[in-house]
Amino acid sequence: MNNMKLMQGNEACAAGAIAAGVRFFGGYPITPSTEIAETMAKVLPSVDGCFVQMEDEIGGMGVVLGASLAGKKVLTATSGPGFSLKQELIGYAACAEIPVVIVNVQRVGPSTGQPTSPAQGDVMQARWGTHGDHPMIALSPWTVRETFDATVMAVNYAERFRTPVILLMDEIVGHLRENIELPKSDELNIYPRRRPSKTRAQGYEPYAPEKDLVPNPADFGTGYHIHVTGLVHDYTGFPSGSPAVTEEFIDRLHKKIAIAQDEITHYDEFFMDDAEYAVLSYGGVARTAYEAVRQAREKGIKVGMIRLMTIWPFADKVIRRNAEKLKGILVPELNYGQLKYEVERAAAGKCPVKLLAKYNTEIFTPSEILKAIENLEGGRIL
Amino acid sequence: MKERTYEKYFRQNRLPHIWCPGCGNGIAMKAIVLAVEKQKLPRDKTIIVSGIGCSSRASGYMDFDTLHTAHGRAIPFATGIKLANPELNVIVITGDGDCTAIGGNHFIHGARRNIDLTVVLFNNTIYGMTGGQASPMTPLHKKATTAPYGSVDRPFDACKLAQAAGASYVARSTAFHVQHLTSMIAEGIACKGFSFIEALVQCPTAYGRKNKMPDPSEMMKWMRDNAVMKAAWDKLPEDKRTDKFPIGVFHEQQTVEYTKAYREVIELAQGGRK
Repeated sequence: MNNMKLMQGNEACAAGAIAAGVRFFGGYPITPSTEIAETMAKVLPSVDGCFVQMEDEIGGMGVVLGASLAGKKVLTATSGPGFSLKQELIGYAACAEIPVVIVNVQRVGPSTGQPTSPAQGDVMQARWGTHGDHPMIALSPWTVRETFDATVMAVNYAERFRTPVILLMDEIVGHLRENIELPKSDELNIYPRRRPSKTRAQGYEPYAPEKDLVPNPADFGTGYHIHVTGLVHDYTGFPSGSPAVTEEFIDRLHKKIAIAQDEITHYDEFFMDDAEYAVLSYGGVARTAYEAVRQAREKGIKVGMIRLMTIWPFADKVIRRNAEKLKGILVPELNYGQLKYEVERAAAGKCPVKLLAKYNTEIFTPSEILKAIENLEGGRIL
Repeated sequence: MKERTYEKYFRQNRLPHIWCPGCGNGIAMKAIVLAVEKQKLPRDKTIIVSGIGCSSRASGYMDFDTLHTAHGRAIPFATGIKLANPELNVIVITGDGDCTAIGGNHFIHGARRNIDLTVVLFNNTIYGMTGGQASPMTPLHKKATTAPYGSVDRPFDACKLAQAAGASYVARSTAFHVQHLTSMIAEGIACKGFSFIEALVQCPTAYGRKNKMPDPSEMMKWMRDNAVMKAAWDKLPEDKRTDKFPIGVFHEQQTVEYTKAYREVIELAQGGRK
């Protein structure tokens, strides 16, 4: 119990980043993510790291990508309007395969919206916000402790797959304070920066994929003289206009994540053994959903809960497996309806999927979700 | 014949370049590697960062670690590289549109921070790669595809902008004055702070043809005839300055460099431990 600490979600994110080896943060102040930047500004120099406040959100993305290429593990944090601005260079990181974690503490949008109110309106933007075809990993924690774990995981995945990873928080978890115990550093698995497996003399090509389909471009300043570009490129790293190269490149970007999908799909199932219905939830909303499901069980309703931590790539298999034995799935979301359509797609008609949408700045109450569960049970599912 | 010692700095298998016949970018690119050679920068510890546009294709031809970033974003990427590893020498290649339009905010803040980057702006006064649209450095009344009646937008003086924003070293030269340009860049590299060098380069294809100067040699003669060394320019009466422009070092004042300033932050955070 000695290690118990009252911590805020945003602070746990910063602590997770430091524990995962992040030594560089660049960003721009924005509510409700600012505490992450503030914590990093204080802590990073004490561990020989570097914090820089940039002139805008785009600069905040550019500076972390430069630092990542120079060998640092990097993270930046923002919220809705800043997340929109960062999309340009999130695509660059996907294309040039630069490890980076982007934290988005979601607030109500569109535009400036409601800066201090919670929402889950950026679920689709996290997947498709930048232009062109690209894979995406997005994780959405539901507790302060899991925010720490998810941040460590996000940094590890960014390094392992050499890809941008979105930590899709929300204002509920970001500003929540919980008494938590953090793991000791020797309890954590940290994925190290990938290194070239060949020398230049041995025919090293910076963008040639390894067995896991991920390439090992050398860190700048290590003598490899590599070229990094946001143009489609071949294994040498130089631009190519070839249809064959382009097709293989886009394929490989997707496949390097797809072949590891089972391993990176994290979720919980509660009360699902005999469940006839399920509530599918994620992020801060899952806390309310859990209480509603517990109350419904007390009333004798056979309802369970699936809680997704990995939002992207979407947990198709988990949904499909459950949909086959369920009479209905309820998806409460703090948006006008986003992940519900993914659930519906994955359920593929095996069971109906109903949305419970809320977008008025307030969080759900357990009774609202309970009432929707009772409606499901009453067979009035739409 | 003089030995071409600079050739080792180029990726021979990436040449010839994609620039149009008569383009001045190759001259400015060569001036950079000559300056690198002059300052004896170790190649493994020198990083070339560029944005998007004709100028920014240079990075692909240069045999260093090279980074071809997104449009306007070269300076933030370069800032990240330098802060992550201050022992690296970071040279930024940018264009007039890349640096002063879409990248304008990054440019002034890079100068304000006074981080040790050497920024070389290839100023062809036009968006060349997209076929000749007006840039924030297209001279007033000159024609472009998006200024068919002549530009009514007042152009930036990027050197004045850099100086006002806090750069340590600011200079201008041209593709005609190649030795002068080389020494301006070499001095910029030597300066430990934000260094900015504007290299006026001819673009006969996208700019010259629209403005009655389609011959690259004519454009370079225009540079020869209208560029005035800073010392002479300062003595030139206002009425004699029409159509002329100054070249040389405009500003040199080294103040505290950003990575050094951050080193002090680290020492403070660690309770004075060095």
